[in-house]
Amino acid sequence: MQRLIDRAKELLGSGEVARVLGWRKGENSWDVEPAFFASAEELDGFVYDGFCGANLSKYMIEASKLEGKTLVFLKPCDTYSFNQLIKEHRVDRDKAYIVGVGCKGKLKIENIPAKGILSVEGAGYPDAAEMLTVKTLYGDVQVAYKDAMLERCHVCKGKDHMIFDEQIGESADTLDGDRFAQVAAIEAMSPEEKFAFFQAELSKCIRCNACRNVCPACSCRKCVFDSNKFDSAQKANTTSFEEKMFHIIRAFHVAGRCTDCGECSRVCPQGIPLHLFNRKFIKDINELYGEFQAGADIDARGPLTDFRQDDCEPSIVGKRG
Amino acid sequence: MLKIKKTDLSALFAKIAESNELYLPVKTAGKTNFAAWTPAAEVDLDTLKTVKSPKDAFFPQSEGLYSCDREDGKIKITAGKLQDAPFVVFGIRACDVRGIEVLDRVFLSEPVDTYYAARREHGILVSYACGMPETSCFCKVFGIDAAAPAGDVVIWTVGEELYWEAKTEKGQKLTALVADLLTDADGAVVEAEQEKIRAIIDRLPNSDLSLEGWGAEAAKTRFDSPVWEQLYKPCLACGTCTFVCPTCQCYDIKDYDTGNGVKRYRCWDSCMYSDFTMMAHGNNRTSQLQRFRQRFLHKLAYFPANNEGVFSCVGCGRCVDKCPSKLNIVKVIKAFGKEDA
Repeated sequence: MQRLIDRAKELLGSGEVARVLGWRKGENSWDVEPAFFASAEELDGFVYDGFCGANLSKYMIEASKLEGKTLVFLKPCDTYSFNQLIKEHRVDRDKAYIVGVGCKGKLKIENIPAKGILSVEGAGYPDAAEMLTVKTLYGDVQVAYKDAMLERCHVCKGKDHMIFDEQIGESADTLDGDRFAQVAAIEAMSPEEKFAFFQAELSKCIRCNACRNVCPACSCRKCVFDSNKFDSAQKANTTSFEEKMFHIIRAFHVAGRCTDCGECSRVCPQGIPLHLFNRKFIKDINELYGEFQAGADIDARGPLTDFRQDDCEPSIVGKRG
Repeated sequence: MLKIKKTDLSALFAKIAESNELYLPVKTAGKTNFAAWTPAAEVDLDTLKTVKSPKDAFFPQSEGLYSCDREDGKIKITAGKLQDAPFVVFGIRACDVRGIEVLDRVFLSEPVDTYYAARREHGILVSYACGMPETSCFCKVFGIDAAAPAGDVVIWTVGEELYWEAKTEKGQKLTALVADLLTDADGAVVEAEQEKIRAIIDRLPNSDLSLEGWGAEAAKTRFDSPVWEQLYKPCLACGTCTFVCPTCQCYDIKDYDTGNGVKRYRCWDSCMYSDFTMMAHGNNRTSQLQRFRQRFLHKLAYFPANNEGVFSCVGCGRCVDKCPSKLNIVKVIKAFGKEDA
């Protein structure tokens, strides 16, 4: 972590960058927040450890409008989002100095099954421990680092940064799951089971819009769900159909552009596995148009914005169900 | 003091539900929220904090006010139905009871909100002492005692038993309804439990949070502080903090086009949203910094200014747990504390 701070101070000091976009220590070891740093003194509050799950790519939309370059720390999976934002002309590559940081898997405090957590030791970077020591009001417990990881880390896209100016730090292999296993399990359900599954999950939605606001693919200046010019503007679900409609429309809108960064599921206060909608689209795209990973390559044409003679016919949807 | 075995709670719930609507913490798809009881519901009395507070029971996230329908060339207006039957909110925590007292100050002062008043009249609160407080709790700062919550009936769980004490007339009526299921108990057990709870609360990291400098005067002294600029930046402008909060009370009124008229409904609004308090001339808060500041000054300055110094934060810590960017009212209070020092 010190290497990141030293490098940030160096680049700030030389004037190459005007500010640094990273993560700031919170009140507790786990409540790390995304933050801009404008001076070497402010960087004393910088932290990089297992709780820096937040993907900083989307903050670069605003940073691109500021004077001078912004140093941004991106984990391997975050770089897919940044690339996609370049492709959609939402960020300015020339305004970013990208330090690709290593990643040993990111943690979710809710995944630690303990009450009254006071501190979590072992989440440091680069020296992440295999077992986390969790001190609580009700006694200390040990939890495997892997068991406290975000879902997305179990299906990690890999250790490579898709875009960077320099790289600092090593990454670890955290992949131990099949990215499409749960989608396949849902596909195998009967229509009634599918409905019951999604109804139980989506009926928890409180329409806080955290999933939309954190999503790097949701970068419209005015969302259709916020615009008072349309009947679609909603702050509450007025019917049980609407509580599903919001998420389904959002999934359609980001289809082909979603990099599967997992931020939607990370931030949902109700623990709705929103990434499953996006993964269903990704799985279908892979099967119908060939393997495609949004954000892997700035120049690749998106499967849903590209037409080829041998594209599958729309009727395939009817046949596949 | 009365008690019932935890294993007999289903019978208690069934008895209450015979003559009351019953809302209590129910786990659905892994998360616990207040919901209507059914024999099949997975009741969860172990989770300390439901994701949403139980304020929905009195101030639902969305509720119909009235509807207008075209009928034989005329417009027929049908008023929304007011709550007219008793209902029980079982397992509400001390902080959330205070949350309702905060809502009372808003909705029961003139002009009285008839929808809310009808629910308050018919609602019975069975409040639940917090056996295992969480790190994010800071209710003590607001003078709330999690070991002795306000409410019509107070319950404590100790071991395999649930202790029950009626506190009000409504509570005594409810107790009479379920008297056959309750047995006499030793109050000393509850006193010991209360001591245990208070000892844990004293060890919570934010139990001694200082509110110095907050209150009515903060509206002037802290409005233009440069600290807001530092604090707000990671804010995603989502509504999580406002929607999980037991005291956020702002709402929007909207019309739903039914094809043959409109249904006028109100739904929770969030000061974090870009169209909050939008008027014909535009919006009086155009930046996220302004919206962010509004939320915290409302809780800690404007509300106490209009309500004899009472803060509209109850220290439940839900925003502490749920903010996607890990911002929260504790960080705000501490940041200003550091600035003062």
